[in-house]
Amino acid sequence: MVTVKQISVFLENKAGRLADVTRSLGDQGINIRALSIADTTDFGILRLIVNQPEAALKVLRDEGFMVAETEVIAVDVPDRPGGLAQVLDTLGQAGINIEYLYAFVGQASADALVIFRVEDCAAALQALTAQNIRVLSGAEVYAL
Amino acid sequence: MIWDAEKETMSREALRTLQFTRLSSTVSNVYHHVPFYRQLFDSHGVQPSDLRSLEDLQKFPFTSKELMRENYPFGLFARPLQEIVRIHASSGTTGKPIAAGYTRNDLATWSDLVARVAVQAGVTDKDVAQICFSYGLFTGGFGLHYGLEKLGVTVVPASAGNTEKQIMLIRDFGVTTLIATPSYALYLGEVAADMGIDPRTLPLRIGMFGSEPWSEQMRAEIEERLNLRATDNYGLTEVMGPGVAGECAARNGLHLSEDHFYVEVINPETGEVLPEGCEGELVITTLTKEGFPVIRYRTKDITVLTRERCVCGRTTARMRRVSGRTDDMLIVNGVNVFPSQIESVLMEMEEVAPHYLIVIDKKKRFLDDLEVHVEMNPERFTGSFRALEAVEEKITAKLASVLAVRARVKLVEPKSLARTAGKAKRIIDKRQQGVRA
Repeated sequence: MVTVKQISVFLENKAGRLADVTRSLGDQGINIRALSIADTTDFGILRLIVNQPEAALKVLRDEGFMVAETEVIAVDVPDRPGGLAQVLDTLGQAGINIEYLYAFVGQASADALVIFRVEDCAAALQALTAQNIRVLSGAEVYAL
Repeated sequence: MIWDAEKETMSREALRTLQFTRLSSTVSNVYHHVPFYRQLFDSHGVQPSDLRSLEDLQKFPFTSKELMRENYPFGLFARPLQEIVRIHASSGTTGKPIAAGYTRNDLATWSDLVARVAVQAGVTDKDVAQICFSYGLFTGGFGLHYGLEKLGVTVVPASAGNTEKQIMLIRDFGVTTLIATPSYALYLGEVAADMGIDPRTLPLRIGMFGSEPWSEQMRAEIEERLNLRATDNYGLTEVMGPGVAGECAARNGLHLSEDHFYVEVINPETGEVLPEGCEGELVITTLTKEGFPVIRYRTKDITVLTRERCVCGRTTARMRRVSGRTDDMLIVNGVNVFPSQIESVLMEMEEVAPHYLIVIDKKKRFLDDLEVHVEMNPERFTGSFRALEAVEEKITAKLASVLAVRARVKLVEPKSLARTAGKAKRIIDKRQQGVRA
């Protein structure tokens, strides 16, 4: 399955916690490709796409962070008005619920990259490819 | 004024004689009518006939909340249910509460003792009293209600909550006496100010406050803000409810109704009875209760007794304002909370580790704010935000049902809570600026 490994890190809302994560990764030469934070007043979940997911998981666990690995889909979205809407329509019509999505930091091509977390990855992939929407593999994303 | 001058100003000698007569009959009554007491006395090798003086009570075993819970619900009642006309219950800790049954005579005595405490506080039959305690299993609402009615006070049974309406009633009904927890009194003052009403202009003149510990500073604060005279009173469901003791005009300790309760202060470690003036755990034996008499009940409340004659003329013993507990019970907005209750909720949940920190603070307007920090179980972390929110909600709901008080749940990182020598600091009580291990 053409999915990408995302790392989720539980963060208490206290000063310096996000810096701790990024420093731990930076010290090990791990590069962050995309990130997003969802938070309440008490805690947050940091979601990361990095160039070396396995190494990043190990580093963060060793540093005492609570981490989990999740499969997400990286979609190449045409960088023009209505580009994202087409992708969302496709998923919507296939009855696929999106838990969250966020955009990529780097630039892959002339297109934008959007990370999707959906309930049913296989069904989402099938729907997207049927509409000729390009989905990037893990290897492609990590190497960007 | 003294409600029952004959009893409240008896000579110490006459009082001791009366106490001994009543104690003998109570001890004999429980021995013959409550199988639990018969077993308890037998296993300690004591019989009712061993009681030849008040001091002989020291030979008798103690009872505790734990023993009461083991005999839930009616195991310690000395009368058949047919003679019990009302049941109240203490807030149960992890599971069962303690049920207290009252006969018709018990209710009459209770009302009389509440009237006594109210008169001690300066309340008269010309007063209008608003009761802001909840009416229900909790003894506070009904206990004060019937006692104040007996005194002839105009009672406004407002019950707990809806503070703006409470303030409206105080103003419209000309309420002169406020019955509440001290923290609720302060909260009420704040809300009144928000409504554009200067709380000092409310008709209140006396406050009868109880059901939670408070300080002299808090008393001064309440008096300043609400322009009333704040008095303390003491009681507990296991023994009766409110009306066990209360302050008189001298406000130099709480007068105990010794004709109905025999009080001792013990060393909580050894159980040894301490001489007058020594600080220790208060132990109460009921002298007149029919439905649910108790022998040597360990209250776990720390106090000091004095039998020096009070300037008010009463001869009854006075207990110093309760200064603490022998266990880790916390009182949050008048509700008893045990850390073990919180622990038991967390133990049942696989999503979190059984490591927690209880933080209590008077954050918002003098009301206690209970926050429980809970460490996550890293093995159950999936990265899903919704799952975390669901865990938080689940713990919040469970705690609310077990504690009967709202606790805010805060999920924290694994191993983030301080551990000192392997044992976690469980409680930070910012109300007292202290940390207990």
